[in-house]
Amino acid sequence: MTDLSAVRPRLRVPTSAAPGEIVEIRTLISHPMESGQRVDAAGQPIPRLIIHSLVARYNGREVFRADWGASVAANPYQAFMLRIDEPGELTLTWTDDLGNVWTDAATIAVG
Amino acid sequence: MVRGFDRRRVLATGAAAGLVAGALGPAAASPLLDAHLAEILAGRTPRAGRITLDTPEVAENGAMVAIGIRVDSPMTEADHVRRIFLIAERNPRPAVATFHLTPQMGRAEVQSRIRLAETQTVVAIAETSDGELHRAANRVVVTIGGCG
Repeated sequence: MTDLSAVRPRLRVPTSAAPGEIVEIRTLISHPMESGQRVDAAGQPIPRLIIHSLVARYNGREVFRADWGASVAANPYQAFMLRIDEPGELTLTWTDDLGNVWTDAATIAVG
Repeated sequence: MVRGFDRRRVLATGAAAGLVAGALGPAAASPLLDAHLAEILAGRTPRAGRITLDTPEVAENGAMVAIGIRVDSPMTEADHVRRIFLIAERNPRPAVATFHLTPQMGRAEVQSRIRLAETQTVVAIAETSDGELHRAANRVVVTIGGCG
């Protein structure tokens, strides 16, 4: 059984931005992204278990979404751009094949 | 290496060949790749241009290959990128990722890390809000394959 006890999300965003500034959002999560292609030491296939969805919301509205397949690397890194028009909270939600959900959030000031 | 007929793969025709081949050489067809491309294309022909795919020329470790995709788009409500499809033609699972963008992003630019099973062509297709498709494709040499 794939061990998910050490899965941790990380989010790197600027703490503030000028109005209308486009900033880079960097995300990382320590998930094995078991592809379903591998076999264990006994030759048994290891079942697929990947994060298939990353959703980013700003003040509750979806701004970016990534649908991942088994070809996304382990400990998946995802970066994207975001235009900051108002202060708010960025939330990230990762969901895997079993319905496990991890979240992270950060606030961004404008000024 | 024996050239000629490979019973696992045949030269692609149609959508796969047009996207993956050209100056990059013959494409490898697979049912998964063809089905995924058919779904993305929906009868449309992607054009070259506006989209840039950044990949290394040589990936020493196929388990973790950094890629970047940029699309030249104003990202306004009237004119923006809706989705970007990322494809690895020779992976067991060629559909790598689909990104859903919104105008709030301001810039159509994403970065990811992917697995590449072997030397192959990586393809990115952007769908803009006018329904058009734009493509970019790069060959990546993979030293040690990374799919399992």
